[in-house]
Amino acid sequence: MSTLEDLPRDAEAAFAAVDNLPALDQAKARFLGKTGLITEQMKGLGKMDAEGRKAAGARINQIKDQVEASLKARREAIEAETLRRQLAAEALDVTLPGRGETMGGLHPVTRTLARIERMFASMGFEVADGPEIETDFYNFTALNIPDNHPARAMHDTFYLPGGHLLRTHTSPVQVHYMQRQQPPIKIIAPGRVYRCDSDVTHTPMFHQVEGLWVDETVSFADLKGVLADFMRHFFERDHMPVRFRPSFFPFTEPSAEMDIGCVICGGDGCRVCSHTGWLEVLGCGMVHPNVFGHVGYDAEKWQGFAFGLGVERLAMLRYGVDDLRLFFENDVRFLKQFA
Amino acid sequence: MQFSEAWLRSLVNPDLDTRQLGHLLTMAGLEVEAMEPAAPPFDAVVVAEILTAERHPDADRLQVCTVRVGEGEPLRIVCGAPNARAGLKTACAQVGAVLPGDFRIKQAKVRGVESSGMLCSAKELGIAEAAEGIMELPADAPVGDSLRDYLGLDDQLITLKLTPNRGDCLSVQGIAREVAAITGTLRQAVPCDPVAADIDDSFPVAITAPEACPRYHGRVIRGIDPKAHTPDWMVRRLERSGMRPIHPVVDVTNYVLLELGQPMHAFDLAKLCGSVQARMARAGETLALLNEQSIELDAQSLVIADDGGPLALAGIMGGVASSVTESTLDIFLEAAHFSPAAIAGRARAFGLGSDSSHRFERGVDPELPARAMERASRLILDICGGKAGPSRETVGKPIPPAVIVFRPARARRLLGIDLGDETMRALLARLGLAIETEGETWRVSAPSHRFDLRHEVDLIEEVARLHGYDAIPAAAPRAAAYMRPAGESIRSVSEVKNTMTSMGYQEVITYSFISESMQEDLVGGEQIALLNPIASQMAVMRGSLLPGLVQTLRHNLNHGQERLRIFEVGRCFTGMDMDSQPMRLAGLAYGPTLAEQWGEKTRPADFFDLKGDVEALLSPRKPGFTAETHPALHPGQCARLSLDGQPVGWLGALHPTLVREYDLGRAPILFEIDWRAVGGRNLPRFKSISRLPAVRRDLAVLVDEAVRVGEIQERISANLPDLVTDFRLFDVYRGQELEPGKKSLAFSMLLQHTEKTLTETEIEAAVTSVLALLSEHFAARLRT
Ligand SMILES: [Zn+2]
Repeated sequence: MSTLEDLPRDAEAAFAAVDNLPALDQAKARFLGKTGLITEQMKGLGKMDAEGRKAAGARINQIKDQVEASLKARREAIEAETLRRQLAAEALDVTLPGRGETMGGLHPVTRTLARIERMFASMGFEVADGPEIETDFYNFTALNIPDNHPARAMHDTFYLPGGHLLRTHTSPVQVHYMQRQQPPIKIIAPGRVYRCDSDVTHTPMFHQVEGLWVDETVSFADLKGVLADFMRHFFERDHMPVRFRPSFFPFTEPSAEMDIGCVICGGDGCRVCSHTGWLEVLGCGMVHPNVFGHVGYDAEKWQGFAFGLGVERLAMLRYGVDDLRLFFENDVRFLKQFA
Repeated sequence: MQFSEAWLRSLVNPDLDTRQLGHLLTMAGLEVEAMEPAAPPFDAVVVAEILTAERHPDADRLQVCTVRVGEGEPLRIVCGAPNARAGLKTACAQVGAVLPGDFRIKQAKVRGVESSGMLCSAKELGIAEAAEGIMELPADAPVGDSLRDYLGLDDQLITLKLTPNRGDCLSVQGIAREVAAITGTLRQAVPCDPVAADIDDSFPVAITAPEACPRYHGRVIRGIDPKAHTPDWMVRRLERSGMRPIHPVVDVTNYVLLELGQPMHAFDLAKLCGSVQARMARAGETLALLNEQSIELDAQSLVIADDGGPLALAGIMGGVASSVTESTLDIFLEAAHFSPAAIAGRARAFGLGSDSSHRFERGVDPELPARAMERASRLILDICGGKAGPSRETVGKPIPPAVIVFRPARARRLLGIDLGDETMRALLARLGLAIETEGETWRVSAPSHRFDLRHEVDLIEEVARLHGYDAIPAAAPRAAAYMRPAGESIRSVSEVKNTMTSMGYQEVITYSFISESMQEDLVGGEQIALLNPIASQMAVMRGSLLPGLVQTLRHNLNHGQERLRIFEVGRCFTGMDMDSQPMRLAGLAYGPTLAEQWGEKTRPADFFDLKGDVEALLSPRKPGFTAETHPALHPGQCARLSLDGQPVGWLGALHPTLVREYDLGRAPILFEIDWRAVGGRNLPRFKSISRLPAVRRDLAVLVDEAVRVGEIQERISANLPDLVTDFRLFDVYRGQELEPGKKSLAFSMLLQHTEKTLTETEIEAAVTSVLALLSEHFAARLRT
């Protein structure tokens, strides 16, 4: 039978002997429970006189505090140990690969188009759209390309019954849009176009972005500014050389081809630029008054520029793709590279 | 247009090297497509004369020649060419020469005989593809002269990629004119002095198609020498322009075409009968052409005919019967103007194309025939001899010169550049334009060779071109700013595409044309066939995006992929008007639900995986799915999608016969949705949310196997008691303990009131009413 003074030591030993919380609660009951040893000591106080009860009571409370302190310490130790074991048991090999769905990706043409659209949107250009099966009028006549014009031979058109054809460029969207809207106009029209031509550098379908800005004073100098800016931003090269050469498109005049300094060789000459140091990237010009005439605009009041660029060509230059045909084979090993 | 730089420089010779000249042309809009030396580099090759040629003492096939190469001692050279013979002028590479292919000529002993050089073939010098023996130079070739100088080999062949508006530059004279205008260099005119008539002979000409043939010059030349040869200088220029010599008379007409840009034709006078007419052909007439092709003519074809019928397809190609041959003695020479409208498209319609039609299609200077006739006559007389009759002009319809209004202020506004009137006047004058000033408005007449200048903008372009596009500043544009609408109930294409990629789908872009059989197998309906398809697998316009996806699957399976999630957004074609070219979105899933990994048991993606994707894509809108059939899809695993009661697409597994036909192993699951369903979205509308707890009640009911969950869902949702905020299926069970032909469906209901706590009675009433609906419409019994 242990004496009061033995209790702190006995309790500490009893607490230390258990390693889990339920066992600790049982051990606690032995000392602090209703029939526990300390409670028993308290009951003994009743037989004492007031003087002795006060002194013994104080002592018992001291002892009780000691027991409770060691209980608390032990409880914390057991909890810490339990947590440690749980953490150890739950540890993963974090180097195992993740589970579940992989992300898909956008087609490189879409990715390129999205950038082009974003850049022009920042200048206030809206996106317009039009049909891909067109009539002769929208694809040619309204764009100042009359029947038998030699420019038609350059287009290698796919024909459909009933005088229909597959649009050979996105320029017909200009005409549709201008028929619906009065100036000022500021649009780009991305989309599929078709040419009856297939070899290493041509696919019978490809993508163009047409641009059109019509207002009262939009000039050739503005055309140069906007397009040079665009190309430099597209390739993220602030000092990329650009040049504009006279050219011919029936629906613009003056017309120009825009070249950029070769992004592959930096202008020294390589296979991609045919050793000229320049890459032809788009055709552009001031909208021909005859085109305004076809859509009922007053060519004395309104003027503006139009341009058309090949999306695959820009994507090839930007990402270093060396075979145009890859864009439409849709081999996921190719497509995944642009995700 | 290919031409020799030396030829151009004989007419205009600016102080620029070849590279600079090329750059100048390109920046003036005459794009240099190729530039190629006339001969590869070599040196120390001279004109030589073989003095003697004797058989090599020790080799049958070799000769030992003594060769004179200039002032010094003749050289001894061993030569294997059978045509080496005394008296022949040829090319000799001297010791020290380096020939193409880095071939060095050294002093050598050939079978015991010293040889001091090499007699060369044209092939060895890289100036011909093939050669038989050593070069044979004319007897008057100057011995000792550098062969490069003698043959003018230090020349460049320049090829221009001319735009169709610059028909005036389809000649050396035209390019020279342009170079002179840009550089301000003096230009040498081509001599076109009138040739005096030696004889009175002429041949009658009549024009009955005056619009198509506004002008016709004809001349008779008699007594040409049938043995005459085209001179070397002319052959060289022809060859360097990509033409082969044929017959001296034909060569002269070709030469004039290249030099002046005027296509001409020569007839054998002896073969002509009666008179010459420029007329439209009559249906049924035929013509055997120079290229040995025989064509049937129609009323759209302009011909040159005589009393016996068509002689030539005017401006395109001559006929074989009246052509000049080796035995021709008398000729009838034609220099005519044909209108572009009469020629354009005709050559293509007949599958013909010639240097002549190429020029007439783009336009030829209407004043040129007279000068070309004199130039060609002079050359023929010089080369072939003969006596010329007078040049006779027959006029169909005179072509008046154009007068164009030009306003300098308009030019400044369009170009965005501050160019003074006088500068513009000087630029236009350089092109030979005549300007009359009337205040702010100028009246400008173009010379006849600039028939492309018609409108004010044509002149503005010329101003810009001569000023230099590079000299126009690139402006940072200023414009009024307009705020753009941002429709909230529209989902942009890129937004939807990004949703698809987040769900694991890779975007593809397939051709808009597919094979007839794929269209028939996977789409059905009417075929919209291309009239000129490029290949049979690209023959008809796709009526659906599904064929392209299946084809892409096939391609990738062939390249070792086992799992594929792809989608495409694009137009399909159900007709040819604007409204029959709808945009759609389609997706395909094939193979395991998850990409190969270590941590999860996997299974092939099925109908419901894609249904979940479609629901997520259209969420929060709720599409309807009804069992219907589609030609490409498994009849038991196919649903038609609808939105607000409108059909908007399809979802299903590929039909097993197509899986076999396309050798896919297992069925891909496909969907296709109209863009109007995908691209829309409801504007959110706030409803108050309850702060009170929701009560859930689950119901398990037995129904016939044939009952469709979608119909239950639809029926109950439409009649849901107000308190029920959600009603959804959470389990389908089939088991032996159930009655045969029955299945168990478990639904959960959420009940909630926005303002008060529900009583048990209220909850019971709602559950009972739902049960009543189930039993009334679907004979469902509560499972106990
Ligand atoms: Zn390069």
